[in-house]
Amino acid sequence: MTPIEFANKHSFEILNEGEGNERPINGVYCCDLLSIVMGRAKLDDAWITVMSNVNSIAVAVLADVSCIILSEGMALDDQATQKAVEQNVCVLKSNLPTYEIALLLKDIL
Amino acid sequence: MTPNNIVNMALLLGLDAIAVSDHNSSLNLPAVFDAAKNTDLVIIPAIEVCTNEEVHLLCLFHSLNDVMNFNETIYEFLPPIKNNENVFGKQLILDSEDNIIGKEEKLLINALSIGIEQLLKISKSNNGVVIPAHVDKHSYSIISNLGFIPEEYEFTCIEIKNPENKIQFNGKYITNSDAHYLENISEPIHFLEVKEKSIDGIMEYFKEH
Repeated sequence: MTPIEFANKHSFEILNEGEGNERPINGVYCCDLLSIVMGRAKLDDAWITVMSNVNSIAVAVLADVSCIILSEGMALDDQATQKAVEQNVCVLKSNLPTYEIALLLKDIL
Repeated sequence: MTPNNIVNMALLLGLDAIAVSDHNSSLNLPAVFDAAKNTDLVIIPAIEVCTNEEVHLLCLFHSLNDVMNFNETIYEFLPPIKNNENVFGKQLILDSEDNIIGKEEKLLINALSIGIEQLLKISKSNNGVVIPAHVDKHSYSIISNLGFIPEEYEFTCIEIKNPENKIQFNGKYITNSDAHYLENISEPIHFLEVKEKSIDGIMEYFKEH
């Protein structure tokens, strides 16, 4: 399933489509410290985090994740949104806690 | 931002002192010191360190020698992840004529693999002072990442991005321009009451409880 399909299935907000229609979700990674994510998230993971700043977008590019899913209703500021558009990163948003989102992802893997 | 641009911009603005603090690196400081050599501008040798808690701490030193030693120690703790120039930009090292003399290969925006406590020890052994940076920000700040300012660290001063944000702290407060671009360098609107206009005078102010 792609990030966009997943977002539509659970009515998650699509903050930026990016490559969200072109790549699959093959795994899940949950972490809020960017330096940890950078070295450990895997290709095509859906990365769930509350960290919504501009550096999160850069880390998503470095780790080459399928999408970022912002949990707990975290907002993306203008700078981060612009970076997501530039870098083609799919960013979704949900009011659910990280664990609940991970459970929804487990069902599609 | 080049050494000469920083120094000349600070002089144009009429600043007395600036702390030049790259992320996790001091390698451009020798050039900045050289560029300011025949001016009255006081340069505080500094580094903005990112610890493994992803907390930004401003580390200030008495001398170029101290900051370079400190830099050498913390560099070992910078993860061997290479910079991606397309995403994070170039990490150039310049000389006092603004010529490019090198490039840092490791990603400097990364977090060191040591925590605040260990960093404080390394700073202390180099006679430095540590100030938690932009404590009122929602990312990379000691309050956002630890929830509060632990007393056992015995900070004498904190830096607040927006002075209107009331932060509970028993000590000194400063606000920096945190300029990442030339045009962000502040006008002379923030002042310190120091005994003398020198690196040591400023360091003494920060070290006093």
